Amino acid sequence: MKPIATTRSATGIPTGRLAIWWVLASEIVIFGGLLGAYVMHRIGHPEWANAAAHTHTMIGATNTFILLTSSFTAVLGHQAAERGDGRKAGTFLVFTIIGAFLFLTLKSFEWASEIREGFTIQANGFWSFYYTAAGLHAAHVLVGAIVMMFVARDAFRNRELQRVEYVGIYWHFVDVIWIFLFPLLYIAK
Amino acid sequence: MVDRLLQEASTFAGSIDGLILLVLILVGFWFLVAEGIFFALIWKYRAKPGRKSQYLTGKEKRIKRWITIPHGLVLVCDVVIIVAAIRVWYNVKMQLPPADYEIRVIGQQWAWIFQMPGADGKLDTPDDITTTDFLHVIRGKTYQFQLQSRDVIHSFSVPVFRLKQDAVPGRTITGWFTPTKTGTFDIQCAEICGIGHGVMEGQMIVQDSAAHAAWIAENHPPTRFAERSR
Amino acid sequence: MAEATAVEARAHAEHEHHGPKGILKYVWSTDHKIIGMQYMFTGMFMAVIGGFMAYVFRMQLAFPGLSVPGFGVVSPGEYNALITNHGSIMIFWVAMPVLIAAFGNFTIPLMIGADDMVFPRINRLSYQVFFLSVLVLLTSLFVKGGGFGGAWTSYPPLSANSQYNLTRVGASMWLVAVMLEFVAFLLGGINFITTLMNSRAPGMKAYDIPMTPWMIVLASIMFMLSVGPLVAGAIMLLFDQVLGTGFYDPARGGDPILWQHLFWFFGHPEVYVVLFPAMGITIDVIATFARKKLFGYKTILYTAVATSVLSFFVWAHHQFIAGIDPRMANIFTITTLLISVPIAEMIFVVIATLYGGSITLKTPMLWALAFVGEFMIGGVTGIFLGASGADIYLHDTYFVLAHFHYTFFPIAIIGTFAAFTYWFPKMFGKMLNETLGKIHFWGTVIPFNFIFIPLFILGLGGQHRRIYNFQNFPELSVPWMVHLRIIATVSLIVMLAFQLVFFVNVVWSLRKGPKAPKNPWNGNTLEWTTESPPPHGNWPADQLPVVYRGPYEYGHPDREEDYWPQNLPA
Repeated sequence: MKPIATTRSATGIPTGRLAIWWVLASEIVIFGGLLGAYVMHRIGHPEWANAAAHTHTMIGATNTFILLTSSFTAVLGHQAAERGDGRKAGTFLVFTIIGAFLFLTLKSFEWASEIREGFTIQANGFWSFYYTAAGLHAAHVLVGAIVMMFVARDAFRNRELQRVEYVGIYWHFVDVIWIFLFPLLYIAK
Repeated sequence: MVDRLLQEASTFAGSIDGLILLVLILVGFWFLVAEGIFFALIWKYRAKPGRKSQYLTGKEKRIKRWITIPHGLVLVCDVVIIVAAIRVWYNVKMQLPPADYEIRVIGQQWAWIFQMPGADGKLDTPDDITTTDFLHVIRGKTYQFQLQSRDVIHSFSVPVFRLKQDAVPGRTITGWFTPTKTGTFDIQCAEICGIGHGVMEGQMIVQDSAAHAAWIAENHPPTRFAERSR
Repeated sequence: MAEATAVEARAHAEHEHHGPKGILKYVWSTDHKIIGMQYMFTGMFMAVIGGFMAYVFRMQLAFPGLSVPGFGVVSPGEYNALITNHGSIMIFWVAMPVLIAAFGNFTIPLMIGADDMVFPRINRLSYQVFFLSVLVLLTSLFVKGGGFGGAWTSYPPLSANSQYNLTRVGASMWLVAVMLEFVAFLLGGINFITTLMNSRAPGMKAYDIPMTPWMIVLASIMFMLSVGPLVAGAIMLLFDQVLGTGFYDPARGGDPILWQHLFWFFGHPEVYVVLFPAMGITIDVIATFARKKLFGYKTILYTAVATSVLSFFVWAHHQFIAGIDPRMANIFTITTLLISVPIAEMIFVVIATLYGGSITLKTPMLWALAFVGEFMIGGVTGIFLGASGADIYLHDTYFVLAHFHYTFFPIAIIGTFAAFTYWFPKMFGKMLNETLGKIHFWGTVIPFNFIFIPLFILGLGGQHRRIYNFQNFPELSVPWMVHLRIIATVSLIVMLAFQLVFFVNVVWSLRKGPKAPKNPWNGNTLEWTTESPPPHGNWPADQLPVVYRGPYEYGHPDREEDYWPQNLPA
């Protein structure tokens, strides 16, 4: 069902890879805007450090570890896909998806406990940014995991293996955003 | 040129009008040249039977000159305008001349509140004069204003002064003016602030010292405040 | 070369056309031409709504307090909703969908010799998201409290707090509609950019691409790189509205000016996002009807890229007196005035293209030339506003409004009519009537000037924007001002009336117009090598074009004809 246009590559770069890089470019500006605004506010509000003291650094660190590991399994999946081994690629993607859901589950517990302590999104400026930035990131994790399920399903059938790489690139981006979020929200106290 | 549409009534109004006129002359010149050439070319090169269009690659120097030279001159004009604009901007917005009076202007949905010092000449003392929607000032005196907002963003503008400054909640923004003419002039809110944005009109009433003093004596005599503060 | 096309033909043959029949075929289609049509008709429908809003509020301004025929008496709240939604609709639901999504979708695959976009299903999804944004926006006008009235710029705290704006539901729906529109255009942009980069016909190098696709893709890139911070800002505004956060509330440590920076960081590149497609279309039309090679193809590209980059550094000229540090104003006045240099050069190259031409003033050419002539007024009046000292007086007056209508109207309306009349034969297989086209042209362009030149003068006289009744202001109630307001309103009504000629022309031509040949204008670019209208797949699978030269080889001395299609072997 695909147009002939999809078989061409005037730049030499596969179209799917080109597309995912453009998606990343626009996403970087979105998160850049949000985090830039946060940093400007944080500089102007040194008292936010008092609020930031209450984030659970250990949970944040655990989630960082989970995401990095899931990125690693995505890389292994890509390598398998390059070799044409769809079953292995799909399996590694499933590990990544499990990592994603572990991340989200841990985050739900983390947020639930923070909300119980009274640190709601309206509590103050720091918490507003905390939930918005981490929430936007979590939404990207969720969407990425769902898309990955479709790619994995195709990979198990040895179809569209090139998409394993593309969803992996997206996943690394989600990881990189977290690498910025973690110090900004958890470590800067 | 602008003063033919609306009079100038402050010390810096003339410099702003002058800048507008400078831009008009420089920009107007280029505009007329460009449009003139544009229409001339359309007329001259309208299709004629037997005459084929020319094949020009864009490297032809005799035509390129018509682009690169104006290009350079436009840049020069821009620099002239930049310098002129920064000079006006600096005078109005970046420096504060010594003030005869300090006043406070507060915008709110949907009125202007003005706080003037009373007889003691100091703001935020019991003898301050507070008015709503009209401000009495003295011709020739320099006023420094502290601009605030109680709710949303408003903008304090006095067109005859060529004065405008947004009032942002949570901030106090400083500005100044020196009126040069007596009269009653419009104050317009220049930032949409809700359904009452169009009914927040105010009046800037500029008088000579004697008339101003008479107004104060009649409406805000000092004795009343002296009594209250006891 | 032959092997490549054989491979392509096999790939295409394997792809069979099943799917729903009848009207559903159009709803679920992934064909770029159909999706382009969907965007075009939606955009034109929204233009009628935006135009009606303009009619209502201009009637209120010319005849304050009187009942407007077709609407009734305009209350202050309704006035604010009308101007807010007029602006938002014209930018987000007319200019962008028509110039970028409709003409981009239609022309890009055809002009680069491809059979469709590279991601047809994402293409369809982008329209569906866009359609949803239309529904949300139109619904917002009828909810309790009425439509949002905080201007298209939506500055908080007014927009964040329903106690201030009194349109709680309308404000959030407006914001959601805008965010959905952004998502639709982000999705669409991916298609345009990757398709142009990768799916060009064999032999089509970068400098052989016609200006329309190039400029639409540059616009998409600018959009994608500028909208991000505003997406973040809009999420924060939405949270302020519905969750009670205080991102923009100074009482809670927030900052209203943060919104302004996030908004205008996008808002300024956005005006070039809509300008570039109109410029690209104008260039293609002028080259065709002047039978002239574009005078400086690479110059246009370089100035376009320079403008794109510079456009990210001028945004705070919208905020000179907003309460930003006054020293910042100096930086932004410098960058703003300097951006006039590449744009001026672009215009000079376009004008120089007319030199030595053989110009036929058919309807599309009239529109393209009008774009250049009228846009120049918009461009030069921007200089007044970029000069910070002058902006102290002119900010938020009708001078600003007239300036941006002298840029936006040529872009969104004149540019659209240039494109529509130029590609109508290709899109629909019929020719439009030239006489009706010319009547429509003059009936639009002449009144347009009589609407907005009065507004320049009113602005210079101190008349401020977004005020529903100037009778409250003695300085604005002088007779000459009252008269100018009436002239502007009457001219608008005349201009709107002449749009009926356009509708008659389109409807009549679709039904009874002469059949369009493949190449009615003797153009060089690839869309003119296929049927009018093109079939699904644009060309037979084994006849996709191959390119041998650039798009503007008009008047070449080696040729007897005054044009040289890109796909003819040497």
